[in-house]
Amino acid sequence: MPQALPVINSQACAPHAHASFEEKLAAHGLELRAKRIETLQVNVGKLCNQACKHCHVDASPARTEIMSRETAAQVIKALGQFRIPTLDITGGAPELNPSFRFLVREARTAKAHVMVRHNLTVMFEAGQSDLPEFFREHRVEVVSSLPYFLQEQTDAQRGHGVFEKSITALERLNAVGYGIEGSGLILNLVYNPVGAFLPPPQGSIEADFRRELAARHSVAFNHLYTITNMPVKRFLDYLRRSGNEERYRRKLVEAFNPQAVEGLMCRNMLSVDWTGKLYDCDFNQMLELGVADELPQTISDFDPEKFAGRRIMTGSHCFGCTAGAGSSCGGAVLKK
Amino acid sequence: MSYYEEEDLNRFSEMGKHRPDLFEKFMAWYQACQEDGALTRREKALIGLAVAHALQCPYCIDAYAQASLEAGSNMEQMTEAIHMASALRGGASLIHGLQAHNSVNKVSM
Repeated sequence: MPQALPVINSQACAPHAHASFEEKLAAHGLELRAKRIETLQVNVGKLCNQACKHCHVDASPARTEIMSRETAAQVIKALGQFRIPTLDITGGAPELNPSFRFLVREARTAKAHVMVRHNLTVMFEAGQSDLPEFFREHRVEVVSSLPYFLQEQTDAQRGHGVFEKSITALERLNAVGYGIEGSGLILNLVYNPVGAFLPPPQGSIEADFRRELAARHSVAFNHLYTITNMPVKRFLDYLRRSGNEERYRRKLVEAFNPQAVEGLMCRNMLSVDWTGKLYDCDFNQMLELGVADELPQTISDFDPEKFAGRRIMTGSHCFGCTAGAGSSCGGAVLKK
Repeated sequence: MSYYEEEDLNRFSEMGKHRPDLFEKFMAWYQACQEDGALTRREKALIGLAVAHALQCPYCIDAYAQASLEAGSNMEQMTEAIHMASALRGGASLIHGLQAHNSVNKVSM
């Protein structure tokens, strides 16, 4: 359900910017419980070659927290033992972790589908120039952030010069078959709003990206995912600095869409941090809001039986995933 | 204190206090106009932005600038819409120059 143009609040009282997510769910007769775990989303650390202004991880070149080989091996063990269909690798720039290629190879050996949250520019870091070929060899699904099809907006969010490098990286991915129809090599892009506003309808902005990237740069891709910026870490700092926090939080609460709850990503995934600790999602991970106390807390103790139907931990940031058409790592929850 | 307070936009429903029947009719009409139709949500937001500038309503400018962003428009497109509104305002003033000419001509030899 796309939000109506959000211009006039007709309710007797404007929603409170700090409303309780649990109370909102209860008011709609909803409860947030997990279903089967389809995806293990592993955040291999906070080290990144970029320092994007909206980053909920607060990742940067200065961060040193990265997953060890021992923890990576525990991830692979759980993936294989419990036949989890998908490994979703994120960071930071996950490729900068020395165990990154180990994770990809071993996960593919375990017959898992592998997705990598690839920031494009890491391809130009030392020892990373063969990433397109590596991705292709292992049939990795590549998911890359490109906040806009123009330089001004992209560089404003991700740093000076990022747009130009990103386009070159996309050209290289296209050259080995990524995003090209019939190749079976999937290249999906991610749109984040460049500021304190909600993303547009996914279908309409995807059409813009497809048309403009083809016309301006001859770049192709499969799908564009729209993801709402979460009021967490660096984006929250921006909201506070710019005086937008109250307004943005109220916007998220006002746009609460009960229909988005069913498809929330936390219902089908489990998040693992660089130390092996478990969370219901990557945002909870950054807020250090672990899985419910009664559950095993680390990947080495993971048992899917105990996680079936688990109560998902929530906070006010969850309004970010239920606003408008909903938001997930796979883009809008509701596609129409 | 300014006559226009940003927070007042969230108090719009207070206009329904004394004649709720009229306010409800307005809201039903207003919301119906926003729904998907022959025009896209993005086009409607840009029309709203242009009209907001023609009316020079600070509430509407704020609301429809945000709405245009969230409908997927960029600053270049929004600026074009504002120029359209401004050009029409300018043209509308200029065409009234003929009224002045007519008036002057009427009393001139």
